Amino acid sequence: MEFESPQVVADALRSVGYLPNDRIAQVVFLAARLDKPILVEGPAGVGKTELAKSLARVTHRDLIRLQCYEGLDESKALYEWNYKKQLLRIQADADHDWEDIEHDIFSEEFLLARPLLEAIRAEEPVILLIDEVDRVEVETEALLLEILSDFQVSIPELGTIEASSQPIVILTSNNTRELSEALKRRCLFLHIDYPDPTREQEILTARVPGLSEHLASQIAKVARSIRNLDLKKAPSVSETIDWARTLLVLSVEDVDETILGDTLHVLLKYQTDIEKTAKELVSGVTD
Amino acid sequence: MLGVLTGFIEELREAGVPVSMVEVIDSMRAVEAIEIDNRNSLRETLRATLVKNLRHERAFDTAFDVYFSLVPTVASEPTELPEGGDGPHEQPDHQGSGEFDLDGLLQGLFQALADLDPDALRSLARAAVDQLAGMEPGRPVGGTYYLYRTLRRLELQAMQERLLAELIGDDELSEFDRRLIREDVEARIEQLREEIQDEIRRRLVADRGREAVARTLRRPLVEDVDLMHATTSDLADMEAAIGPLTRKLAARLARRRKKRTGRLDFRRTVRRSLATGGVPVDPQFRHPRPHRPEVWLVCDISGSMATFSRFTLQFTHAMATQFSKLRSFAFVDTVDEVTDFFGPGVDFGSALKRVTTEAEVVWKDGHSDYGNSFETFFSRYGSQLSPRTTVIITGDARNNYRPPRGKIIGEIAQSARAVVWLNPEPMAYWDTGDSAMSHYSPHCTSVHEVRTLRQLEEFVEGLTLPAGIPALKG
Repeated sequence: MEFESPQVVADALRSVGYLPNDRIAQVVFLAARLDKPILVEGPAGVGKTELAKSLARVTHRDLIRLQCYEGLDESKALYEWNYKKQLLRIQADADHDWEDIEHDIFSEEFLLARPLLEAIRAEEPVILLIDEVDRVEVETEALLLEILSDFQVSIPELGTIEASSQPIVILTSNNTRELSEALKRRCLFLHIDYPDPTREQEILTARVPGLSEHLASQIAKVARSIRNLDLKKAPSVSETIDWARTLLVLSVEDVDETILGDTLHVLLKYQTDIEKTAKELVSGVTD
Repeated sequence: MLGVLTGFIEELREAGVPVSMVEVIDSMRAVEAIEIDNRNSLRETLRATLVKNLRHERAFDTAFDVYFSLVPTVASEPTELPEGGDGPHEQPDHQGSGEFDLDGLLQGLFQALADLDPDALRSLARAAVDQLAGMEPGRPVGGTYYLYRTLRRLELQAMQERLLAELIGDDELSEFDRRLIREDVEARIEQLREEIQDEIRRRLVADRGREAVARTLRRPLVEDVDLMHATTSDLADMEAAIGPLTRKLAARLARRRKKRTGRLDFRRTVRRSLATGGVPVDPQFRHPRPHRPEVWLVCDISGSMATFSRFTLQFTHAMATQFSKLRSFAFVDTVDEVTDFFGPGVDFGSALKRVTTEAEVVWKDGHSDYGNSFETFFSRYGSQLSPRTTVIITGDARNNYRPPRGKIIGEIAQSARAVVWLNPEPMAYWDTGDSAMSHYSPHCTSVHEVRTLRQLEEFVEGLTLPAGIPALKG
């Protein structure tokens, strides 16, 4: 692939508004170099999916996305035979020789490609995003194994379809369950955590135009402070960005207790969390 | 390089991190693709290829620091302090600690912390270790000893307060702003502490060799920590692992045999019929909805089980989000229902507090009495047990030589789908002293030694239960 060094990756991602840390740049670089999928893990809202989107923008490739959910099966993920069309074909040719028809209805013409097959068959290389892979059952994970290690899909009636171009594969997981060893072994592992205040400040300045340096740094520090509390769901980066936008709309120049108290619901989504944070930070109760 | 890499992987495996052959090959290929002289890049490369679980990152970092530490500045060649605040420093004589300019060092460190100057901080940390740790080659003490010696002289607490005062200045700041500044200062001090720790480790490696240092620094992985003696920070680390585990348990308990029940799935039937030329010989059915398992957790929360019960309550808390029909009970010498303390949206700290203060679990003297607890449990709640209920009991069965009344468990098992006992003691200790395990185990559906998170995982993994209603497959 076209990246020469992790630094090039970092610069490219920066140019489309995604600020990677060293780790992210390094792993993306390796994935492109070694043609391995990346398994991205981390809390919700730290930019896992955004990474895939930004990569697509950087490389000018199409993004094919497979959103995982409980009950996902091969007919939704890999391929399906277009049975209506097949039925029509059989009926239209009722007096034809059966052997011919059989040969005919299991051809590519009757195949409906689902995201995984689509990514494999694409003429131009693509970015394949398999989102929230931890939502499928362990058994369904096995569907992914062939595509992850060999970039190919086997269809019993047709044979094996190999990738015409090497896609970059990104899997994301919120770690709601342990993924199987077989899956992990095939991937490079990338854990993205909440950014430190310096990086978060950069992210905020990049994503929220018109935000002052001072306010961005304050927001980043408040975010760290809230994440240090033991909460049900700590504020994610996307939530701090929302908060920054809110503050901008309210034309706030300096964050203080009152403003934080009034806008806490932008950062936190559980009532218990809001109450706890309000108690700790807003009314000035210290430890 | 290859030698070091193999040694490093060996060390990871020794520390319990599973590294497969494929991953080793991947890591070698990856290392070829990068610039090897960039330490950070090497670290991330190895991490991405070798460590596939967040819980193993700490072990990875420790091993990496030992195996790929920077070449240490030789101890006999004291590092010069950078030009700091007050004039040139004398070349300190590090043998006689009296001559050494401690105040100068402290001032320099303070300046570096205030200016956020990482390079100055690093070289000053090196100087501090030079002067204060008093490291002697070949002396068989651990790094923590030297760390302690260095930090004691640096008086970080005082430094932190000074820094705080400096940053706050004379301004009238609100409590909120102060808090933000304080956290900032804490982060900086922590950085200094890490620099010093790294420097000490580097020198230990130079002195004793990688293998020896790696061995002394090795700590059990989170999943191997003994639950009876886990520290609070261990428990916090475990918390992350408990969530996925309870989901798995939920899935295990809900699993059932695939039967031809449920409604006809027309779409799949027609699809299937194509293989037979449009004749639906193989009708397909929708899967019946998995039934919701009922789980009752019964936990010993007596003093002897303090750490373990904290863990089980943590587990209970996580389970409460998974099972809508979870009921939890706590007992010492009598039993009380604590289900309501763990409702959705309640944070663990306050739930724990309510269990310890509000639950009525003491009847006579506050020493474990399993017999009485079970009897109370059965008489009070027994009638609500159903063949769908799985009862999970956690405790060490140390009954203080009181009547165990094992038959009660048999009666509970009769009314429930299964009774599972999780014991945090090693199996070899069961039935020694006042442990009454053998009175209970014959009546339980199964008993398990659960001393570590790993064993809990194995228990969940291998869980097979007798058929409840409706029929369940193990």
